[in-house]
Amino acid sequence: MTHEPAVDEVLAAMADPTRRALLEDLAAHGEATATALADGLPITRQAVVKHLAVLDRAGLVAGRRRGREVRYVARPEGVAATARWLAGLAAGWDRRLREIKRIAESRPGPADPRPGRAPGPGGPASR
Amino acid sequence: MATDRIEREIFIKASQNRVWAALTQPEHIARWFGDSAELDLRPGGKMVFGWTEYGSHHAVVERVEPPSFFSYRWGHGAEVVPAAGNSTLVEFTLTPADAGTVLRVVETGFASLNGSDVEKATAVRENTEGWASELGELQQYAEGQAA
Repeated sequence: MTHEPAVDEVLAAMADPTRRALLEDLAAHGEATATALADGLPITRQAVVKHLAVLDRAGLVAGRRRGREVRYVARPEGVAATARWLAGLAAGWDRRLREIKRIAESRPGPADPRPGRAPGPGGPASR
Repeated sequence: MATDRIEREIFIKASQNRVWAALTQPEHIARWFGDSAELDLRPGGKMVFGWTEYGSHHAVVERVEPPSFFSYRWGHGAEVVPAAGNSTLVEFTLTPADAGTVLRVVETGFASLNGSDVEKATAVRENTEGWASELGELQQYAEGQAA
């Protein structure tokens, strides 16, 4: 498994709350122009266009020209690589949690005081 | 959609105290996270853990509320001191449940990593997780044989 270059661009694009809001708007409404998107947000149309450009470079939206205006749509497949990347990291946590479970459920357990404990050689089987 | 967050949980048939110990005692941490671990268990305390092959990794403890909450900020890449832009926040919550404990982990902040740190984080985890998974399978195999 190799790192897909899109992941860091997608993460950076999604780091901004305004861009997340734009993506949510697009996902909810299908397609929209920058003007329509700016109506729902406390920022200018120019700012929306800049944010859309970042999302476009990351492969998260696509613009389609219709006559004089550009309509934007969300590209859910753009997050697929990132979702896979995060799923891989999540699987790592699953393994760690299973190991913590094994340790906590083992007997004698980690919090059990050992009577007359004498750390060092000859102690209870340490692995 | 939240691409900035990993959330997992597991039910453990052991008291909160035992889970807390498995989670925060360095000799145990070294079993679930790297090959070796040091931990100064207090807010601002340093945590160092390492894989022999990939160098030492650093974390800073954020909150310690035994036996129910523990969090640290984890720097991505060997010898990286955790700071904004190169670290993620890992939070563990221990909740008593039905003759055991639910251990939940939430890791956040991937979106604030810059590109090269994403690569480092990925490289280290793919390598170490790969080993962890192989060792886990080997261990299960061994336990199966012994049973």
